[in-house]
Amino acid sequence: MTTPQPPATAERSPARPSAKRDRRSWTGWGFIGPFAAVFALVFLAPIGYSVYLSLFRDQLIGGTTFVGLDNYQQALQDDQFWASLGRVSAFLAVQVPVMLLIALFVALALDSGRLYGKDFFRISIFLPYAVPAVVATLMWGFMYGSQFGLVGDINDALGVSLPDPLSTELVLASIGNIVTWEFVGYNMLIFYSALRVIPHSLYEAAEIDGAGQFRIVTAIKLPAIRGALVIATIFSIIGSFQLFNEPVILRDLARNAITTDYTPNFYTYSLSFDGQQHNYSATVAIVMGLITMVIAYVVQLRGMRKGA
Amino acid sequence: MSSPATTASPASLPARPPAGTSGSAPRLRTPRTKRHSPGRPRRSVLLTVLTGLVVLYALVPLLWLVISTTKTQEGLAGSFGLWFDGDFALWDNISTTFTYNDGVFTRWLLNTLMYVGLGAGGATFLAVLGGYALAKFAFPGKRAVFAVVIGAVAVPGTALAVPTFLMFSKMGLTDTPWAVIIPSLISPFGLYLMWVFATEAIPTELMEAARIDGAGEVRTFFQVGLPLLAPGMVTVLLFTMVATWNNYFLPLIMLKDPDWYPLTLGLNSWNAQAATAGGEPVFNLVITGSLITILPLIAAFLLLQKYWQSGLAAGSVKE
Repeated sequence: MTTPQPPATAERSPARPSAKRDRRSWTGWGFIGPFAAVFALVFLAPIGYSVYLSLFRDQLIGGTTFVGLDNYQQALQDDQFWASLGRVSAFLAVQVPVMLLIALFVALALDSGRLYGKDFFRISIFLPYAVPAVVATLMWGFMYGSQFGLVGDINDALGVSLPDPLSTELVLASIGNIVTWEFVGYNMLIFYSALRVIPHSLYEAAEIDGAGQFRIVTAIKLPAIRGALVIATIFSIIGSFQLFNEPVILRDLARNAITTDYTPNFYTYSLSFDGQQHNYSATVAIVMGLITMVIAYVVQLRGMRKGA
Repeated sequence: MSSPATTASPASLPARPPAGTSGSAPRLRTPRTKRHSPGRPRRSVLLTVLTGLVVLYALVPLLWLVISTTKTQEGLAGSFGLWFDGDFALWDNISTTFTYNDGVFTRWLLNTLMYVGLGAGGATFLAVLGGYALAKFAFPGKRAVFAVVIGAVAVPGTALAVPTFLMFSKMGLTDTPWAVIIPSLISPFGLYLMWVFATEAIPTELMEAARIDGAGEVRTFFQVGLPLLAPGMVTVLLFTMVATWNNYFLPLIMLKDPDWYPLTLGLNSWNAQAATAGGEPVFNLVITGSLITILPLIAAFLLLQKYWQSGLAAGSVKE
């Protein structure tokens, strides 16, 4: 029912009312034209150009030559690429469930009506979403630091020595913490909005049938917000695969722990802007884009099937 | 029925996973009339405490930021992070932030306002026009337009960044404000939201009446359509504003000249300054500048709560 499937709605209502009058009219283009033109410039043209670039290679000798799918072959055998993909996959496997479970817990708690000071809770937890990734990363980066960071303070105050959050072993978890902090509230609000539209008669009926709170959550609430859960999962997966800002900014504080090929996005960026390998960079980006799309699509299908 | 359409407008290219998105659904307003608390549930202390921990998690870093803006650089290093230092340097920090480096921070602030104004404002306007067209007109290729927009949205921003840069550089647009503004103009999510909204908000009879009275299409749009679309417009404007204000990746690849930097890029350059050889560390300014950067957005969030909620509620699907 609640499946992420936009075109389904495309058929619906809008066309009908004015259809008689404007069926073959181009008037609509006057209004959508500006959007379509800019869209073509900043979405379609770059995609096309990207595919074009990926088929060529720029060499010192011989200049730009057509190489067919050679770049793709290179990408598939590129250890740096696979290592970065492995890193974001590990990140995804841990950070996304943790973040979504916290968000779900808070959303259910808010929705249960059993909290004191609900509105304050909701807005406070959402607040970090208003903080730009750059500021969030700088802030956490400072706190992680041993200079004037909280970690350093705690070490001094308690006489302990906590492991360095910016060390090679922990930096991925530290990035995960930043991302979780930024988006827990956003996901919470998605879940919460979805919970709010469940008709409350369902709960009454369930209570009459003797269902406890826990049962109501598992039997009514969770199935009802499946759509929201699937969407949040897909967005989080796409977000993880595109991880860039946090590692790039944190790198100033953790030069050794974060390499310039730390995530696929960082890798394509470095290839292009440090290495001037535009063609290969475009190829890696396309491969990464395809992988992301496939995984997002699979999650969507699975989410749909269970819902059906 | 909700879409996986992200606002992966180049404005929000990578790394902000769900930035200003949410699925979507043919319903804009939350049916918030029905409070579903069967009976009146007992308040739970345990649940409140557990949720309180998450609140602490959300707020402590912000508290750290606020407290840190009152410290001098030495104080930052020498005092406990979550309490004030002897010297209260807040005013000093604020004035230094605005005057350091010939007041470049002010320039970044103005740049950001320009990018947000033109980028988010333009994106909202294009989305309103497009949504109105999709909702109220049948035109050749309409379905194709929709399919292409939704399909392209699924393409991760990464794949777009490099070619967009190369294209813009051939067009001579890089290192100009246009390189940041033009990609910000497209918000597929905004288009979708406005389409859904316009479908419900504008009665076709009203448009017919205006036409019978002799109003042209443009006038009908501005005098009949636009006023009715205002609430949806504010929602879209907020989403695009956040995306543009927080934008980092796009300006990072497009801009070399610090005079065109937005706040996000500028702050990071101040931060990176300490790591470069001979660079003067200005962490107190980075911290104060960060607070100044987030205040407008936090204010907007708090003041316009209702719009955000309804925008997000559009993503929560009814069967």
